[in-house]
Amino acid sequence: MRFQLIGVNHKTAPVEVRERFAIPDSRLPDACKKLAEHPAVAEGMIVSTCNRVEFIANMKNGAGDLREFMGEYFQVDTGQFESHLYEFREDEAIRHIFRVASSLDSMVVGEPQILGQVKEAYATARAVGAVRAELDQLLTRAFAVAKRVRTETAVGSSSVSIASVAVELAEKIFGSLNGKSVFLVGAGKMSELAARHLLAHGASSIFVANRTYDRAIRLAQQFDGQAIEFNRLYETCDNADVVITSTGSPHFIFRPEHAEKFLSRRRNRPMFFIDIAVPRDVDPAMNKIDGIFVYDIDDLQQAVSSHVADRRKEAEKAEAIVNGEVHKFHARLQTLDVVPTIVSLQDHFETIRQAEIDRVRGRLGPLSSEQEMAVEALTRGIVNKIMHTPIKTLKTAARDAESTTVVDLVRRLFNLHDQHEVREIEVAKENAKENERQKETAPRSPGRGAQR
Amino acid sequence: MTLTWLRVALAFYGVGLLYAMFALTRTSEILSKVALHAAYLGMVFHLVSLIEAVVQAGQFASASIHNAESLLAFLIMVVFMLAYLIYKTTSPGIVVFPLVFLLTFVAATGQQPLVSTSVAVQHGWLAVHILMIFTGYAALFLSFGASILYLLQERALKSKSRSGMFSRLPALQVIDDIGYRSLMLGFPFMTLGLLAGSVVAEFAYGKVDFLDPKILLSVLMWAVYSLMVYTRIGAGWRGRRAAVLASVAFATAIVAWIANYFSGMHRFIAS
Repeated sequence: MRFQLIGVNHKTAPVEVRERFAIPDSRLPDACKKLAEHPAVAEGMIVSTCNRVEFIANMKNGAGDLREFMGEYFQVDTGQFESHLYEFREDEAIRHIFRVASSLDSMVVGEPQILGQVKEAYATARAVGAVRAELDQLLTRAFAVAKRVRTETAVGSSSVSIASVAVELAEKIFGSLNGKSVFLVGAGKMSELAARHLLAHGASSIFVANRTYDRAIRLAQQFDGQAIEFNRLYETCDNADVVITSTGSPHFIFRPEHAEKFLSRRRNRPMFFIDIAVPRDVDPAMNKIDGIFVYDIDDLQQAVSSHVADRRKEAEKAEAIVNGEVHKFHARLQTLDVVPTIVSLQDHFETIRQAEIDRVRGRLGPLSSEQEMAVEALTRGIVNKIMHTPIKTLKTAARDAESTTVVDLVRRLFNLHDQHEVREIEVAKENAKENERQKETAPRSPGRGAQR
Repeated sequence: MTLTWLRVALAFYGVGLLYAMFALTRTSEILSKVALHAAYLGMVFHLVSLIEAVVQAGQFASASIHNAESLLAFLIMVVFMLAYLIYKTTSPGIVVFPLVFLLTFVAATGQQPLVSTSVAVQHGWLAVHILMIFTGYAALFLSFGASILYLLQERALKSKSRSGMFSRLPALQVIDDIGYRSLMLGFPFMTLGLLAGSVVAEFAYGKVDFLDPKILLSVLMWAVYSLMVYTRIGAGWRGRRAAVLASVAFATAIVAWIANYFSGMHRFIAS
């Protein structure tokens, strides 16, 4: 496990720097391939979004620096960007990937897009074979962590813009917004945005009234809605479920007596007034009437900031989850590290056992099948007893930082071989078994022949 | 055995009761799932208990009188589950579970029936009367529960405090739909149930004594109920006014129920 991560994001680099390193989707597969083919790199992937560019690699050994690759790929001297680059290794790299996938490192913490972007980056790298083994496990785990964060904390659940809070409130009142209509009184950037959000969430029709009728017509056309002359406002307003006001009027436009009329014409179906204007367009006393809900700009702002505070609190919980997961993943990788050693240790003893049995078999003379079994059980028992402690030690060591030392020592003590050598040994063993089988079918060795 | 099954059901409803109490202070996906499954299991045992009672008694009417509370509790659960299946919300459970638990508890203590049996019991009309009225009660109760939830949610929205209740309750419109639909579902049942009841009384006594407390209260309850339906359809009453009416209807329903304990007529002691 030699994870390395290097990158720039919205916190460390301005957009001029980020765009210098951004890799368009079309060139991403090729870039991943190049990264994985780099001599120091075993596996690699690249996350490139508008807010971050990150190179993640599983290095072949401790040496090697991803800056080298960046310099070569972008044909730049990475030294000049040093102040914008961040670099993580081992556990810190794992933690960073977990945090990014869980949207804890995002500009808007908890926004959901980043997980999809990381998944895409992973799929791209996988498709070209740049992600195969440990990096694959790391990313798979990162997606699981992101899911845990999403389900166990509320980090992504609350809206953090005025428009989305308005939608959330409207949904809290009307359930689904399907078939609901929106009335825009006065035009303004923020009210348009809110209307757009409401429409996107299912609101079906829109009315626009403005002091200047032309403006109303233009706006109505934009939304495929209906322009209403301002002096007909009170006659038509009760058709709308959500009213968004943002006029420059110095007085209240909607007062309780209007609301009472609307309600009786609507047969008491609720109405939701969103008052974005300053000074306000809607008399706050209207909020006291049953079935009328009035939110002014401050109420919305307050909802937004309480959401932001909520998210911050939830983010702390999420960080704790990530910490625990980094720990777990680390432990798991290390266990994986000792597994091959344990396997070769077992193989080593088994080979000795088999060889010894074969050696003395001739001298033992004919054995009954019970005796044969007893010999088998005896030798197996001895080997297992001897192996028990070293294997246990290896497994315990796996959880500590000293694992590599212990693994090394065991390998040297028993003259075990590296993985590719193990494979060779396996092949040799297969051959040996094959030989044995041939021997068995060949005309009898004295001891066995008698038994048959 | 009937009581044993009922007590098992009671234990499961107890989980629902716990949920109802917890739901007031905090939200928990898991707890609401657990409560829902416990309620399913509870209903199965409950149904077994009811069927066994019917089998033992040999006929529905007598059995349902002996297990009135139990039957009512079961029907309330049925209406609650219907609302859940349509709206995917367990929020009415906050009100439903305590009542169901209470009714089942009373039934499970195994006291002797409040109502004595008589020839009239043999009558098919009586079975119709009981089933209809109880379904009406159950629907009325859910409607009452919904109007309470409506008030809570409306208050939360108006106060602009984003505290607990707000996020836990379903949308105002959904609560309103639940209340409205159960109101509309309950009304025909209640009406037909009362008509069936008067048919039974006609058969049993020849004439109906309108001054009997039970009859009087039942008619009053029906009047309030129809007023609720009327104001809802006609004027679209919601929120506070609807909740007040629902509370009155519910209170009359409870008093009418209690009248079983002292009504001369509804005990069917005659003949």
